[in-house]
Amino acid sequence: MLVHLNNFLKSFFIFFFISILPYSAFSEEKKINFFETNWSFDGIFGTFDRASLQRGYQVYQEVCSGCHSVQYLSYRNLSEKGGPEFSVEEAKAIASQSEIEDGPNSDGEMFMRTGRLSDKFAKPYPNIETSTTANGGAYPPDMSVLAKARAGGADYIYSLLLGYEEPPADFELDDGVYYNKFMAGKKIKMSEPISEGIVEYLDGTETTKEQIAKDVTAFLVWASEPHLESQHKMGFKTIIYLIILITLVYMSKQKVWSRFNSKNEEKEEAFDKVEKVVTEYEGEDPKTFK
Amino acid sequence: MSAEKYIPKSKIAQWFDSRLPLLTLSHHLQSYPTPKNLNYWWTFGGILTFCLITQIITGLVLAMHYVAHVDHAFESIEHIMRDVNYGWLIRYVHANGASMFFLAVYIHIFRSLFYGSYKSPREVIWIIGLLIYILMMATAFMGYVLPWGQMSFWGATVITNLFSAIPFAGESITTWLWGGYSVDNPTLNRFYSLHYFLPFLIIGLVVLHIWALHVPGNNNPVGIDVKKNSNETMPFHPYMVMKDLFALLLFVTVFLWFVFFAPNVLGHPDNYIEANPLVTPSHIVPEWYLLPFYAILRAIPSKLGGVIFMFAAIFILMLLPWLDTSKVRSATFRPIYKKFFWVLVFTVILLGYLGAKPPEGIYLILSRLATAYYFIHFLILLPVLGRYEKTDPLPMSISDPVLDKPGILDKVKKSALEYEGENAGSFK
Repeated sequence: MLVHLNNFLKSFFIFFFISILPYSAFSEEKKINFFETNWSFDGIFGTFDRASLQRGYQVYQEVCSGCHSVQYLSYRNLSEKGGPEFSVEEAKAIASQSEIEDGPNSDGEMFMRTGRLSDKFAKPYPNIETSTTANGGAYPPDMSVLAKARAGGADYIYSLLLGYEEPPADFELDDGVYYNKFMAGKKIKMSEPISEGIVEYLDGTETTKEQIAKDVTAFLVWASEPHLESQHKMGFKTIIYLIILITLVYMSKQKVWSRFNSKNEEKEEAFDKVEKVVTEYEGEDPKTFK
Repeated sequence: MSAEKYIPKSKIAQWFDSRLPLLTLSHHLQSYPTPKNLNYWWTFGGILTFCLITQIITGLVLAMHYVAHVDHAFESIEHIMRDVNYGWLIRYVHANGASMFFLAVYIHIFRSLFYGSYKSPREVIWIIGLLIYILMMATAFMGYVLPWGQMSFWGATVITNLFSAIPFAGESITTWLWGGYSVDNPTLNRFYSLHYFLPFLIIGLVVLHIWALHVPGNNNPVGIDVKKNSNETMPFHPYMVMKDLFALLLFVTVFLWFVFFAPNVLGHPDNYIEANPLVTPSHIVPEWYLLPFYAILRAIPSKLGGVIFMFAAIFILMLLPWLDTSKVRSATFRPIYKKFFWVLVFTVILLGYLGAKPPEGIYLILSRLATAYYFIHFLILLPVLGRYEKTDPLPMSISDPVLDKPGILDKVKKSALEYEGENAGSFK
């Protein structure tokens, strides 16, 4: 009975996997192969490359900020530890380039003033509706948490920036829509944002498309997780601490349990007595029994 | 539960304890006899208590900074992540804590299923446990709505819409749940209120769960009753405390690994997009721990039918102590049940996988088969197995399998056999 059941279950599982695997393998075919690049912030020791973040900020400022907001980022973040680490003066200078609406003043009027460190990044459009109208019906998403809001994260953004291609011959595109193999549906309303030499880096880094895409992606990853470095550092320390603690607790546990086990030996002694009685009755030497 | 009545040492303690026996309670909790053969699957009760306390403490801090308003909820989460001191840590512990809570509770439930811990005399423990599980799902679901991301909003829309399937009153019930004609600010506010309240209800049930456990005492891997106050049991403190602590720390390591190095893998990226009632995500999926039920919901072709089957999938577990007619608790001695147990585990995982897939083609066919099997397991297999399964012989005491290891019993038996000589066959 049991053997039959075993065989049945085995063949059931084998049949199941054989019938499922090709199908799921087929559906995995749709899985996107992102362009590959090495990220300094990957892995448990990952940190940001300051220079790359500073360049990435420059790309955001000169290329993206016309349409995309980063509304949850403050200017002060630019000089904070674990980020691009601009000096406070540099961050102040960056903030002062922006115009921020404030108010109401004592006359009840709203007014414009230059930005301060404590301000959030200025937005290109006051609301989603304006930005939708200004961009032909598709609003440019806020980029504060973009790297966490897209499957694939950094790889996705990097690939998307480099994924513009000529559409296949039979692919229909409306005006103002572009072909990008990494966009869902392969259609995107944003025209190719970066090209070689679109920015000029102050530190003289080459401005290839790949370099620009990499820098701005790193900046966006930091923007969506400004505490990533302290997260990694604290994580590493915590795991080390736990490993030591676990070892100590395990040894203490073994020590404590050995008390109970030694008590239990009494019971084993009782069994030994039974054994002895049995062997004595048989007239054998107890020693040979072992 | 100890044989002798506990009397505190000092006069003051005696005075207090005779008026409010907290010291007696504390003594009971320490000396509570636990079977010495409990394995590491039994450490998840303690782990779950830890999870609940962690969720409440981190939740308390988050509630100090969170704003339950459709215009500010998403923003306030980002405020917590960026500007609150260690806010990112608190939020990631809370968000991943929910997943870890469910991971632990699923292990805890399947442990019960394997070792028959739901059987007499522990039916009440089992049912209270299921009530806790249902409240956990409600709490987690409402908690997932609070960040007001796309999945929050659309998840809430899908789940609350289920109630509209109720005949006649359905529409009114949904409107009543929403506090309006769609998921909106009133919905968010009441979900926040309930999300804060339900965990305290869970604490109450956990106390009852443990109380009910301390009446018959723990089941154990062998599944036979232990003799209390014998050396088959050991006091909870320090033995089980140390073992639970060790297991808890291992669990916490996994937990914190997620928190520090992969805090978002268990969530859906769409929930970092602020809720937009005008844009429906291409796939609306709940959190992973609700996926098996989501798969059952979608496997049934009618909406009302789907809702009924989904709730039935949970409530059928309440009847488990009576559906499983076998007197033998532990699957160790039930060769056929043991196989079907693993098939059930596989089916539930498969349902979880299917819940994340679109309900079409082979996925839909498989979810129907898996749903059917799920109910067949409880409604047909268990009652039939209890009647016809030939179980392995049970040991006389939980000590037998332990003491048998050095072969002492075998030796005794062997010598007895030798003594009997030719009549050895009759000895069996």
